[in-house]
Amino acid sequence: MISRFPFRMDALVAFAVAFGLGCAGGMASAGGAIIVQSTTSTANSGLYDHLLPLFAARTDMRVNVVAVGTGQAIRNARNCDGDVLLVHAKGAEEEFVADGAGLWRQDLMYNDFVIVGPASDPAAIAGLSDVREALAQIADSGARFASRGDDSGTHKKEVALWAAAGLDPQQASGTWYLETGSGMGATLNTAIGMGAYTMTDRATWISFANKQDFAVAVEGDDALFNQYGVIPVNPEVCPSVNAQAAQRFAEWLLSAEGQAAIAAYRVQDQQLFFPNAGAKLSDKN
Amino acid sequence: MQGMAESLSLAGALVLAADPDLLQIVALSLYVSLSATVIALCLGLPLGALLAIGKFRGRGGVIVAVNALMGLPPVVVGLIVYLYLSRSGPLGFLGLLYTPTAMIIAQTLLITPIIAALSRQVLEDLHLEYAEQFRSFCLTRRQTIQALLWDGRYALMTVGLAGFGRAIAEVGAVIIVGGNIDHLTRVMTTSIALETSKGDLPLALALGIVLLVIALGVNAAVHSLRLSAVRQAYA
Repeated sequence: MISRFPFRMDALVAFAVAFGLGCAGGMASAGGAIIVQSTTSTANSGLYDHLLPLFAARTDMRVNVVAVGTGQAIRNARNCDGDVLLVHAKGAEEEFVADGAGLWRQDLMYNDFVIVGPASDPAAIAGLSDVREALAQIADSGARFASRGDDSGTHKKEVALWAAAGLDPQQASGTWYLETGSGMGATLNTAIGMGAYTMTDRATWISFANKQDFAVAVEGDDALFNQYGVIPVNPEVCPSVNAQAAQRFAEWLLSAEGQAAIAAYRVQDQQLFFPNAGAKLSDKN
Repeated sequence: MQGMAESLSLAGALVLAADPDLLQIVALSLYVSLSATVIALCLGLPLGALLAIGKFRGRGGVIVAVNALMGLPPVVVGLIVYLYLSRSGPLGFLGLLYTPTAMIIAQTLLITPIIAALSRQVLEDLHLEYAEQFRSFCLTRRQTIQALLWDGRYALMTVGLAGFGRAIAEVGAVIIVGGNIDHLTRVMTTSIALETSKGDLPLALALGIVLLVIALGVNAAVHSLRLSAVRQAYA
């Protein structure tokens, strides 16, 4: 029984180590790649699937997109785990640049937030154009509202809107105000499952496949404006950043060609993102 | 449950179409989880064997600790590995974050305790059975461990499958350290999470069915290996 022992443990360990080194070496050859720390709406709506092949046709660098909430994307970029930041929370973005973590910040494109709700419309807000009034009615009626609760760009905006309406939904957390602590898609699934209202960016909503009987209830308020910005991470703070490639990608997005590509992206015959870069590239450096 | 039938037919269509993107995702899932299982076996089996036959102070405490680590939440493992591999972390200079290697590391950490704890139990029971024989042969500790591992190989295959099952099914760790990057670190579970967040529930479920079929395939392969080995042994 003992003599039949067919392999040696140390040989196996050597194999495992070689295996590990082998795949590490394989990855190192992927030079000229950048990581974009992105908000989820741009990825989930398919915008990158549309943009990246166009960009790839012009360069040989690879763009890898990590799609997380804006809060997490900014944290990851602060840890130097990204080369470009593409998110939607202007205040936090400007802070990121002011702290020296980002080189510069430029408006890239916009769309808007909408409040979606069930066809039964328990708070009778459908068709309202004042989002503060709509939120007040939701709170009054005690109809359920699903909040992201995850420090994302959408969550920051929603919190600001409640404050502007003079309301503190936190007090009702767990009763009619439900903080999912999840991404937009997961929160939409939750809201739709519970018949709760929620706020989402329009791009995610249009491309979302599980709408059931939900529809846009409130839209068109100026307060629902949703600005996306792009920031190259500062190579002086993060030496690992592929600064040249990062700038090239960010500047391509802001260029006439990149802006036209953004405008051309449509889902179900609707434009999801509206380019609005300042077109003053020379001022940024 | 109108979604189930739709998902089943969608899963069938996905497999039949052999979509290159899907094949790449399946291949990466298998590569990451099988690598993690092999490495975790190399680490976990010797550890389990040492715990099974070793006599040292605090052994009971170590066994309880290893057993408890079987319940490690994947997302915690992912966070720990992220903090180490992040550019701002101690191992950031390796540049491993958002690579398949990072995913292998995370899954290895996740399943090594499972393999160590389960193999410890298997080998300890076996050792009780053979302890007298081993003593009469005057085996060294190393020889004892080798003999136990060889004799318990079929039970240990199941231990390996338990580890593999945990690795291929988890999403919490690989989504943090891999980043779910298309064509680079996207695996079956992170694809399922992504399609769920897009609201495409039938596609998400169809991918889940494909994942189950893959796990079935791996288990069937190990089972047939075992059957043919047994047949050979008694031939």
